Amino acid sequence: MTDMTLSHQPSPEAVKARAVLLGRSRWGIAEIAFWVIAAACYFLLPTKLSLLSEIAILGLLALSIDLVLGYAGIVTLGQGAFFGIGAYAAGLAAKHGAGAGPWSDPLIGLFIGGGFAALIGFLTSFLVLRGSDLTRLMVTLGVALIVDEIVNQAKWLTGGSDGLQGVLPSPVLGIWDFDLFGRTAFIYSMSVLFVLFVIARAIVKSPFGLSLQAIKGNPLRTRAIGMPVNGRLVAIYTIGSFYAGVAGALAAQTTQFASPDYVAFHRSADALLMLVFGGAGHLYGGLLGSIIFRTMQDVLGNITPQYWQFWLGATLVGLVLFVRGGILGLLAGLRDRATRNGGAK
Amino acid sequence: MSPKILLESRQLVKRFGGILATDHVDFQLPQGARHALIGPNGAGKTTFVNLLSGVLTPTSGEIFLDGVNVTGWSARRRAHAGMARTFQINQLFADLTPLETLMLTIAERENAGWSWFRPVGSRSDFVDEAMSLLRQLGIEDIAHGRVGVLAYGKQRLLEIAVALAQKPKVLLLDEPAAGVPEHEREQILDVVAALPGDVALILIEHDMHLVFRFAKSISVLVNGGLFVEGTPEEIANDPRVRKVYLGEEEVNV
Ligand SMILES: Nc1ncnc2c1ncn2[C@@H]1O[C@H](COP(=O)(O)OP(=O)(O)OP(=O)(O)O)[C@@H](O)[C@H]1O
Ligand SMILES: [Mg+2]
Repeated sequence: MTDMTLSHQPSPEAVKARAVLLGRSRWGIAEIAFWVIAAACYFLLPTKLSLLSEIAILGLLALSIDLVLGYAGIVTLGQGAFFGIGAYAAGLAAKHGAGAGPWSDPLIGLFIGGGFAALIGFLTSFLVLRGSDLTRLMVTLGVALIVDEIVNQAKWLTGGSDGLQGVLPSPVLGIWDFDLFGRTAFIYSMSVLFVLFVIARAIVKSPFGLSLQAIKGNPLRTRAIGMPVNGRLVAIYTIGSFYAGVAGALAAQTTQFASPDYVAFHRSADALLMLVFGGAGHLYGGLLGSIIFRTMQDVLGNITPQYWQFWLGATLVGLVLFVRGGILGLLAGLRDRATRNGGAK
Repeated sequence: MSPKILLESRQLVKRFGGILATDHVDFQLPQGARHALIGPNGAGKTTFVNLLSGVLTPTSGEIFLDGVNVTGWSARRRAHAGMARTFQINQLFADLTPLETLMLTIAERENAGWSWFRPVGSRSDFVDEAMSLLRQLGIEDIAHGRVGVLAYGKQRLLEIAVALAQKPKVLLLDEPAAGVPEHEREQILDVVAALPGDVALILIEHDMHLVFRFAKSISVLVNGGLFVEGTPEEIANDPRVRKVYLGEEEVNV
């Protein structure tokens, strides 16, 4: 029978299906443009480099929440804890390692910050495996409050409410010193953000990433098809903590300072807000959200210093009420409508 | 030599508060079985399947899969040991596509679910298998749409495709054809008929025409307990079954 030989050849539909699947992980024009513009900001906005570094760092924090919440569906109000842990770990490494060789190298500092955060994330991940969204919200918030309290109390280590002074990281790779204009800080933060983004992008488009979305959609079925749900959740929560820790480490290194403000509740809340604002589950939502959030803060802060939060809040309420899925959700909806109309013709 | 027993329950009990949903059930499913599980609404059929597949923990009793005591095993572990099931109420991934759904099921079966750097679709053998399953169920044309917006009948077919993608030794189908339009019912029966002969199958179904076309053996479950077991002829002619299960019809006679 010819059937036997044919069955070894993929059908045209299978070939097309493969192209469709692989096409989803190809870089689009809009994506490339985004990163080109981000890099070009170095030349376009030379006076705003510090602000831009800050945006990149907040974007990385929001991205870490996107991995955990947007993809795996773990609601968290405590991502700021990992940011703070990363900041203090990297800050302490830089402070005490100054002149003592590799410990003060910023890149090593990133791994120290990210690593510590990942460790705490791993240990606390078991607390968020079970329970409803509300329990998870409370547990993550509780962990963040504990970290906040430890940072404030352990004055001998963290400097308490005065913050950690004297964080003086060595030049990046021993070559680029941090300068007053924030040039090095910008290139450094942007490069780290980009590298971690590319990795996050690979993760969410892999079978592992797909399994997270499946767990978010229906944990009962994922267990029935033999998926180790808990293992997957522990893994992504740990990865998310690492990302947040690296963001914190970046913050400490570029501002040469770490303060309890880094672990405060509002940091978790702000980052979550940015993500929801930009749209969870798209990877770019957190980045877009942090750009808009910080820009609005800057612009509105100049116009109405007292009320910028009011306008921010109003915009957010409007967005959540009238558009599901943030700005990227809105854009995706418009694009779907456009292709549907196009297809109908 | 009689075929070996693939799935077995011994004195299986499940209580929900005061309700005895599964009442000391002793049950054996041999390799290659085409077994129908019938019984009135609320008899405990779904509960029994939930116990077998590890969704629920029994109050007491034991479950054996291919001779191994799996009573304490998670649903995940049982799935890897060759048990698959469909759900009476669709349990699908609304935001994924049917193709993605099958891709991740196959990846899990092949222990590739942890793969985190290569994109979904890089394994062309998985894509091939997923697409041929979709074709078998006649839903190839909707491979790339969102599952959440599919017609109910199509979702029902996907529900079965997922279980088939697990390549199970034991397959439990909980009312697969309920609410499915007529022509797609045929599709389901065809697919079930085309399964490898050594797969052990349990079908829960209310439609007696389907049951008698499909089953080589039938169990009747009433109030959580196994009431009668036998061949289709025995069940069809059993006066007790007529009385309990087909009670309404007897009233009419
Ligand atoms: N999670 C639960 N908690 C409490 N009671 C339950 C639960 N699940 C099922 N029951 C009860 O157990 C009994 C058996 O229900 P089950 O769903 O197994 O019946 P079934 O035979 O599948 O019915 P149907 O034909 O309607 O699907 C019913 O009385 C039901 O109300
Ligand atoms: Mg049922």
